[in-house]
Amino acid sequence: MSKDMQTGTPAASEKVAGFSKQARQQREIRLRRRSTLIATVSTISVFLAIYILVPMAPGWEKVQHSFFNWEIFEKTFPTLLNAFLLDIAIFAWSAPLIAIWGLALALARDARSPALFPLRLFATVYNDIFRGVPVILTIYLIGFGIPGLGLPRPWNSPYIWGSVALVLSYSAYVAEVYRAGIESIHESQRAAAKSLGLSHWDTMRFIILPQAVRRVLPANMNNLISLQKDVALLSFIGPVELLRQAGVFKSFYANFTPYLGAALIFLAVTIPATRFADSLMARQDKERR
Amino acid sequence: MNIVIKSLVIAGAISLMSGTALAAENCAVGKTVTDGVLTIGTGNPAYFPWVIDDNPESGQGFEAAVAYALADRMGFDADQVVWTRTTFDQAIQPGVKDYDINMQQYSITEERRQTIDFSSPYYTSAAAVLVRKPAVEAGAQPNIASLKGLKWGAAAGTTANELINSLIDPEPQTLLYDDNADITEALKSNQIDAVLLDLPSALFTAAVLLDDGVVLGQFPSDATGELDQFGAVLEKGNPLLECVDTALAEMGADGTLASIEARWLQSETGVPVIE
Repeated sequence: MSKDMQTGTPAASEKVAGFSKQARQQREIRLRRRSTLIATVSTISVFLAIYILVPMAPGWEKVQHSFFNWEIFEKTFPTLLNAFLLDIAIFAWSAPLIAIWGLALALARDARSPALFPLRLFATVYNDIFRGVPVILTIYLIGFGIPGLGLPRPWNSPYIWGSVALVLSYSAYVAEVYRAGIESIHESQRAAAKSLGLSHWDTMRFIILPQAVRRVLPANMNNLISLQKDVALLSFIGPVELLRQAGVFKSFYANFTPYLGAALIFLAVTIPATRFADSLMARQDKERR
Repeated sequence: MNIVIKSLVIAGAISLMSGTALAAENCAVGKTVTDGVLTIGTGNPAYFPWVIDDNPESGQGFEAAVAYALADRMGFDADQVVWTRTTFDQAIQPGVKDYDINMQQYSITEERRQTIDFSSPYYTSAAAVLVRKPAVEAGAQPNIASLKGLKWGAAAGTTANELINSLIDPEPQTLLYDDNADITEALKSNQIDAVLLDLPSALFTAAVLLDDGVVLGQFPSDATGELDQFGAVLEKGNPLLECVDTALAEMGADGTLASIEARWLQSETGVPVIE
């Protein structure tokens, strides 16, 4: 409706006066230039103010020594990078397991046959519990508790049970995302599939899931980004990964700079991942229009 | 005449004595966070045998006892001592501190001195190896060759990790934990074989927290160097440091520290020295 009106007005005004159109264009260019200038000036002045004012604070030298200490940064950064490999490894073996187990849970929640009600109940209770309990608590309980039952080595490894805890927690979130995707596919498609003679599982496999999984990809990317930071929680039960290594350096030098190094390493991964998720979302929006 | 001289000498001696006593006691005046009060930081929780029952106000436990003796030397009565709880991080963060001195088994290191000040040491601890009986039965012995093959654990915020790397350099990767409670749990679940602790903590963990704990051995203190001398932490450049050091030196010289140590920390006899 409003679009029609907009296309209507320029045509009308063009007829009224070619002169005024040119003037308006010039005014628009002027306005655009002015706002660019304002944006530039305000950005520069904000950064300049931070750059000048913060070091004027009485405690700045101490803060700089404790948080932005180049000497310590240089000394610790290579080891931190090395420790990050462990985060990547944990992430690499946990993420596929989370995707699979999360999907299984989502399908269990969508089970429609009355005979499968226990399965549905299980998935519902599971999701409630693991989404409600802090991840770190799950890691402690499973990471220390299950090996405490007397498993022999190497089956009591904190790497194994820490990862299991991560998978259990994260799959609950991922399952809910999948479920949202499954439920977003219109009921008429199921009906159509049924009328073509497809079974429930075939409908799921060939009609619903391919659409649902694609639709929730950006939401699951968010879960991945969050998982990428939460693998650091495994350090609580022993593994010396990036965050723990930074903590060790912090204690050793009584200086927080190693945490800055760790933050930079995390950012180097999460920022590209976030941008990628954004572009995925934008592309999907475009396709849907 | 004679009497006058005598009494003058006595008066002079008395004033001299009280003068020096006052100098030590006056040293801290105006240098504390709260005037007339000495604020001492401890851990949350504070562990046995450094503080008994997590109750430093009782003066029970090695560090609590040292703290009150130290406060007394610096001219603070017991009721002028206030305790506050801090983490390691709060003790080293830049900015205004809410404690005057912080005592929670901080090992004195050169690297840490760049950011905080340490008093002179009030305790020198031997680093001890804690294992469980199954490890001993499997053949663990108090020598470096045997220790190299063990799976090690340590508390991340301590110097233990450094010591493990420099003294033992074990083959499996060392696992690190937040505190002694977590380490004990990992020992129980057999995820690690051995832990490096200060000797008093090792003896306590073996005797109380574990059913089958064994203190396998201790490192000679010349091997561990400055790494396991405990000092009180002060904000960098705090003028109070001088007063604390003076008081600690007095306490060391007249045997106060040794007697507190004898009362609260188990004797070190019976634990073999690692070769």
